[in-house]
Amino acid sequence: MQPTVALKRTPFYEFHRQLGAKLVEFAGFEMPLRYTGDQREHLAVRNAAGLFDISHMGEFRVRGRQAGAFLQRMVTNDVLGAEVGQAVYSPMCRPDGGIVDDLIVYRFADHWMVVVNASTTAKDFAWLKEHVPAEVSIDDDSDDTALLAVQGPRAAEMLRGHIPDAALALGTYRFLEGRLFGAPAIVSRTGYTGEDGFELYFDRAHAAPVWEGLMAAGGAVGLEPVGLGARDTLRLEMGYMLYGNDIDDTTTPIEAGLGWTVKFDAGDFLGRDALLAQKQHGTLRKLVGFALEGRRVPRHDMVIEAEGRPVGVVTSGSFSPSLKQGIGMGYVEPAYARLGTPLEIAANGARLDAKVVKRPFWTHGSRRS
Amino acid sequence: MSFPEDLRYTAEHEWARLEDGVVTVGITSYATDQLGDVVFVELPEVGRKLEAMKPFGVVEAVKTVSDLFAPVAGEVVAVNDALSDNPALVNQEPFGGGWMIRIRPADAGAFAKLMSSDDYSRHVEEQHA
Repeated sequence: MQPTVALKRTPFYEFHRQLGAKLVEFAGFEMPLRYTGDQREHLAVRNAAGLFDISHMGEFRVRGRQAGAFLQRMVTNDVLGAEVGQAVYSPMCRPDGGIVDDLIVYRFADHWMVVVNASTTAKDFAWLKEHVPAEVSIDDDSDDTALLAVQGPRAAEMLRGHIPDAALALGTYRFLEGRLFGAPAIVSRTGYTGEDGFELYFDRAHAAPVWEGLMAAGGAVGLEPVGLGARDTLRLEMGYMLYGNDIDDTTTPIEAGLGWTVKFDAGDFLGRDALLAQKQHGTLRKLVGFALEGRRVPRHDMVIEAEGRPVGVVTSGSFSPSLKQGIGMGYVEPAYARLGTPLEIAANGARLDAKVVKRPFWTHGSRRS
Repeated sequence: MSFPEDLRYTAEHEWARLEDGVVTVGITSYATDQLGDVVFVELPEVGRKLEAMKPFGVVEAVKTVSDLFAPVAGEVVAVNDALSDNPALVNQEPFGGGWMIRIRPADAGAFAKLMSSDDYSRHVEEQHA
């Protein structure tokens, strides 16, 4: 197969190659799938610390007196309720309630930063531009921004002395600006793993010293570079959404169990009427988590059955390295969404027994709440 | 990429070794590299009759799943029970301890018609081109 478009590379591409990573196409980027092994990388994050290159994600800067009000209208969560130095996770919806993307909004003293999925960066930018008032500006800084995540119970310990001391005291979803191995950086206590940790934004010109500095600093705690494979299993164990799998333009936050991110009392926003109707009248499907009883593993797009008929579809499925069993999420008819409901996953001829279970699947993470 | 010369191969990345009239089957190092960590191998019972290039089992990795295809038709005469407790053997020793089943071929000539090591190397390179 010949790629028709040249893949983009992050500023850490040469490090991935030197480490012998298996590289794959993801959202138009050539990204590390794994360095040593999915389970080893996964467990390094659960037990010590992992380093993730997530520079493929998109960063927009939104400026202007009405920037906050504009974002408040574009997303479902209450970003105006955030303090300076606070970040907010939110879906961004269409008027019909479908999810354009799930993203993180950072409130700075004089502007806002919006961090979006790699696969939706162009779509999101166009969507925001389409709705932006004249007095608000949006800039796409994605190509210039390097983004690394350090995640794991020993993440803070290994970063001591390399990030401002104040960053070590940050609560979850708080951030500050400071130096990181000499580079001006945003140090954010956020992540996608369920563990304590930081996401570090800086100009791509500083990519090499920061990567090398982090790898050296992490040696003592057992830091491992972690690819997209383990990134996916870590987030799935937490029940976190993967845009394009679990949520997309055709699913809503209410269906996906993201009702906690929809603030009907915080003013008007795109999708409010549709989502309010769903909240009041219910939905035709609900996202559930389920665990398999045998040793097989559910996979994206497999049909979910109950009482001998199809009742839904798997949106994410994987072996859980922490729990040592197959876990997944999928949309089912609401009658089958209750905890403990038996389901069957249709796997290429076989029927795999599963049961609806509580999310997160993994409850022993070091993430602060 | 090169592969053991004393083995034969399928386009679906199984290898086959003929010894004393019995064909041992596993998956290649290329297959395990594509799959990542193997966490479960579902194998048939001894005595089952297999058809050539029909699925005989399933290999579950953390991130993906793949059917296993019988290189030759015949009867299963042994399965590798060690994989039940230690599926990682498939990654660690794909051409050795990670073997999966042994087949008594229905047709003695079928083995010789499988891909040679050179043919298989070319096949893998074509998939990567």
